Amino acid sequence: MSTLEIRNLQVSVDTDNGTVEILKGVDLTIKSGETHAIMGPNGSGKSTLAYSIAGHPKYTITGGSVTLDGVDVLEMTVDERAKAGLFLAMQYPVEVPGVSVSNFLRTAATALRGEAPKLRTWVGEVKDAMEALNMDPSFATRNVNEGFSGGEKKRHEIMQLELLKPKMAILDETDSGLDVDALRIVSEGVNRAKAANNLGVILITHYTRILRYIQPDFVHVFANGRVVEQGGPELAEKLEANGYADYVSK
Amino acid sequence: MSVLTTNYLTPTGREEAWRFTPLKRLRGLHDGVAVQSDRESLITKGALPSGVTFTRENLEPLASSDDVIIERVRGAATSVAHLAIAANTEVAEPIFLGRSAGALDTAEFSRVRITLGTHAVATVIVENTTDTVLAEDLEIYCAPGSNLKFVTLQEFESKSVYTARHHAVVDKDATFKSITVTVGGDVVRILPTVEFKAPGASADLLGVYFATAGQFFEHRMHVDHAVPHAKSNVNYKGALAGKDAHTVWIGDVLIRAAAEGTDTYELNRNLLLSDGARADSVPNLEIETGEIIGAGHASTTGRFDDEQLFYLMSRGIAMADARRLVVRGFFNEIVSEIGNEEVQNRIMDRIDAELEKAAHNG
Repeated sequence: MSTLEIRNLQVSVDTDNGTVEILKGVDLTIKSGETHAIMGPNGSGKSTLAYSIAGHPKYTITGGSVTLDGVDVLEMTVDERAKAGLFLAMQYPVEVPGVSVSNFLRTAATALRGEAPKLRTWVGEVKDAMEALNMDPSFATRNVNEGFSGGEKKRHEIMQLELLKPKMAILDETDSGLDVDALRIVSEGVNRAKAANNLGVILITHYTRILRYIQPDFVHVFANGRVVEQGGPELAEKLEANGYADYVSK
Repeated sequence: MSVLTTNYLTPTGREEAWRFTPLKRLRGLHDGVAVQSDRESLITKGALPSGVTFTRENLEPLASSDDVIIERVRGAATSVAHLAIAANTEVAEPIFLGRSAGALDTAEFSRVRITLGTHAVATVIVENTTDTVLAEDLEIYCAPGSNLKFVTLQEFESKSVYTARHHAVVDKDATFKSITVTVGGDVVRILPTVEFKAPGASADLLGVYFATAGQFFEHRMHVDHAVPHAKSNVNYKGALAGKDAHTVWIGDVLIRAAAEGTDTYELNRNLLLSDGARADSVPNLEIETGEIIGAGHASTTGRFDDEQLFYLMSRGIAMADARRLVVRGFFNEIVSEIGNEEVQNRIMDRIDAELEKAAHNG
């Protein structure tokens, strides 16, 4: 049983026009097995929250705390956060030219497990994970995210989620750019990871569409760098009907 | 023979061709001070397949040269090491050449010829090792319809000086591909040059280099499109790490008036892995006819991509391993073209080692 606690998190970013405060005090508590949907309009700070927890160097933490089972996450390097059990499925996964998917996955698994996975079982693991996400076997020999379609990038992210078995996953607009079939396949992958590892999930999205496949326990509305409303799945229905206008007009 | 009698024009460093080269570190190769040895270090490694011969002969140069060191080599060398692949011979396995000896107190002036007969197909891999002072005039002739993959591995020890011209003459419908790997030596200066004899000829000039503290590696291409419908592609990738690591890449491509239907592209990418290193990159395209298929060039010099490192590290991969993956990936596009796993692994391991060395030296 793990708990990710975000307390009064304040984050700024340096731009050409000076320092801009993006997160203005975010509080969230996520426990193993729970799924928290974070919904909100563009520019409300959802992705900043995701990247800040993962440790992207672009973001400066100016206040507050993030702990995983009481341990300070913000003090950790990016790889240490992954080793502690955090995973970020990125909205725009990065191309790494010349590095094959299979080499990348094996290097990551070796780093996270502390030893190289046994070749025979590993090959089977990767094959199963790829099949489950309806990915062609040739995928393993391609370079990481290079020339991938939007859907392939997202499947690749969720394949890593299943293979690397984190405790807590942040899914940053995993649904964007997916057609109905891909959305279902990717959602099933997330649900498998939840079931297999009692995964806690922060699901960042604009739309309620993905929530039909991945059932949230809590819904948080994000606006202007804060959580402005919280509720159960019914809140998503309300957003679907009314949009975000109520939260951004002032 | 130990004295060079001819008076050659000694470069001063102000000439365009020499403006980047640290002449003082050439151990007298450029000004005639170097004492000539009688080394003839180029050897074959392993038995030669049938249809392939390796002999010492007297051969006239294939092409003239305006490089002063090549002129000195031609004046000094007494014979030419000649690797010949007979017409219609297809050699499946690479032919390995290597170095039997080297020394730093004397200089070797070496002439080499590689000849492919009509429709011959071969891969030649030259392993340049040892600590040595070596000036080399290496000429290649690809007869009509032949296909040569020519790999040179500059894996010299740290004090070596190597200056060379690798000049290919590519005849009708022949395919020439060079892969130049420079990872060792104090000063390495290579002129990979190509001239096309007849239409349908094509040349790929690929290369990688990795310079660490104090090393100087220069690769100065010249591709001469003098005939119609020839194709050339240049792609060199370099990495630099450490104080005063210096690389130079010059890509001269000339499309003469007669060279209608030319298709050419050249690319140089450099990765600066630390402060204090310098990468010079000068693409230079001269076009005398508009009747071409394509002509382009690009040159980039950048640092580690933070987004790539973040992505890898967010999967638990430590910084040093992430950097190694990115650098390996950067070079992989070209190293994988060698087509020999043992050699590729050795080069990648060497690149890892250079990166590690650079990391420890700050």
